[in-house]
Amino acid sequence: MHIVVCIKQVPETTDVKIDPETNTLMREGVASIINPFDMYAIEESLKIKEKLGGKVTAISMGPPQAEAALREAISMGVDAGILVSDRAFAGSDTWATSYTLAKTIEKIGDYDLILCGKQASDGDTAQVGPGIASQLDLPQITYVRKIREIDEKQIVAERLLEGGYEVIAAPLPCLMTAVKELNEPRLPSLRGKLAAKKAEIVKWAAADLDCDNAMLGLDGSPTKVVKIFTPPPRGGGEMLEGEPPEIAKQLVEKLKDVVLAAGA
Amino acid sequence: MPDDPIRILEDKCVGCGLCVKACPFAAIVLEESAETEGKPKKLAVIDLEKCTLCGACVEACKFDAIEMREKAETAAADLADYKDVWVFAEQADGEINTIAYEMLGAGRQLADELNMNLCALLLGHNVEEKVAELTRRGADIVYLVDRPELAYYQDEPYAAVITELVKRHKPCILLCGASTIGRSLISRVAVPLHTGLTADCTGLAIDPETKNLLQTRPAFGGNIMATIITPNHRPQMATVRHKVMKEAQPDDSKTGRTIAEELAEALFLSRAKRTEFVPEEETTVNIAEADISVSGGRGLQKPENFSLVRELAEVIGAGVGSSRAAVDAGWIPYSHQVGQTGKTVCPKIYIACGISGQIQHLAGMGSSDIIVAINKDPEAPIFKLATYGIVGDLFQIVPLLTQEFKKVLGK
Repeated sequence: MHIVVCIKQVPETTDVKIDPETNTLMREGVASIINPFDMYAIEESLKIKEKLGGKVTAISMGPPQAEAALREAISMGVDAGILVSDRAFAGSDTWATSYTLAKTIEKIGDYDLILCGKQASDGDTAQVGPGIASQLDLPQITYVRKIREIDEKQIVAERLLEGGYEVIAAPLPCLMTAVKELNEPRLPSLRGKLAAKKAEIVKWAAADLDCDNAMLGLDGSPTKVVKIFTPPPRGGGEMLEGEPPEIAKQLVEKLKDVVLAAGA
Repeated sequence: MPDDPIRILEDKCVGCGLCVKACPFAAIVLEESAETEGKPKKLAVIDLEKCTLCGACVEACKFDAIEMREKAETAAADLADYKDVWVFAEQADGEINTIAYEMLGAGRQLADELNMNLCALLLGHNVEEKVAELTRRGADIVYLVDRPELAYYQDEPYAAVITELVKRHKPCILLCGASTIGRSLISRVAVPLHTGLTADCTGLAIDPETKNLLQTRPAFGGNIMATIITPNHRPQMATVRHKVMKEAQPDDSKTGRTIAEELAEALFLSRAKRTEFVPEEETTVNIAEADISVSGGRGLQKPENFSLVRELAEVIGAGVGSSRAAVDAGWIPYSHQVGQTGKTVCPKIYIACGISGQIQHLAGMGSSDIIVAINKDPEAPIFKLATYGIVGDLFQIVPLLTQEFKKVLGK
């Protein structure tokens, strides 16, 4: 069983603050982490490997610094890391990103299962996972909260929906995206940390992939950002004061029309 | 390098740093460059990996020293072939998800401005009677594909059918709900069509000059907003956040056409198969679709105390949400978690009980219309966002609210 895990390095968004003077994101000094949802994908790939044998390869498309994310994945138990990095990828939107990652996975070749986090915490699009499945013409199971069964031929998993969950069976190769409920990511072991230090991260550029250059980066991206702005601040709130029964009355008075309109 | 999508013209850059301040992504730094006339010169350097090509620096630069390369244009004539505004009407068990009505509301304005038809796309089995509802909500044309294979949502046939219909009829705009289903589906339509897809939009408008669809969405947990266009590809595709756009109201006098589509058998095949659907046990309203949400956090202290939140929710017809802390403590299932690693909600009223308001939580509910915060700590960050803040003991206040609402609502 060869499992490919797609990971992204993201800013640890907890610390992202807006500069009150310039109204821009202050990202300097913000640590980079593996996208939290990708951690569940890594953990699940390791569990499957423990059960069925085989190997796990982590891939990441990003700047040279993203190598650190791949090393972290190796410290958790992933066998190999591939960094896909090239100036030609600059300006990639989700279309060009899923194309580039799909071409990377094609080059890897002998994969059985592709795992992704449900979305990245900086962009929040959830478009790249299904995009890769579509580029490779694979079945997919998104928002997986539990794998019920898996063997060399098939996977049966629970997909979390808004009003419950559904059980889906899909033949391999297949792509799945992970939600938080799936598992509890492990901490790196000492042996893993040593392996991560020594590991050689494979680096591929655009020229290493069998791809159409017109589909990469800016040229391959149909969307274009035209404006970035800070959302208008919320109007000043009102603090309700007094004895609790009084406060409750005040609040109900303020909310009752909206509650009635909502059809309570 | 001249091939880079954006570059600094070194002979024009004076190292003033205006672009560094203007960049929302901290992608520009000033670096010492080779000395000129004996003085060290500073030069702006763009980190292409961080740059999103938003153009803020190009506008800020007073010396025309930043150049953005334009993409190769697609023939404009091809784009003009694409007409009409399409809305994907997601349904489950024959019930149309209300997000479809919200998109019909927003879509009506877009279609009128473009002088195009507003069309709904309905896929399902034995759903023909739902066509009338879509017409009443403003659809001029309903494209209907009624097949047993489409009875419930499946990624592959749904994506294949919609892709084929887009190729056949060439819509200018295609909107889809940013639900679990919508997001799983729509990338699989945008990829084979090689067109732009913008996720989770909270604003849609038409650019008066170019007639492009201006798609506005939050990023970085709502800390910044981005407006995105798809200038050279069609259709312009976007998913739309639930509960943000106004629902189209039903109008019985509205008439429309139905076009039943015949499609090749191969499009209905699916390798992945659904074997079972298990509805959530929780009896309260689904949090993602609720107009009102009552959420509990660590301040509840014990899992049993979630009953306070549930009782209030029941009286006012609300969904029950929670902070990550309460989910991690095992007090309530993950499907109730609101925030960065949980669900994003946008109800009319959000009542936060004993939730301090970590930034990850605020990212998931910060765009709610009215936010009520009940917390004993006056310094809790949630109060910064609250429309109405109550500093006090939730164990006293929440039951009083429940009682008072019961009285007022006659329950």
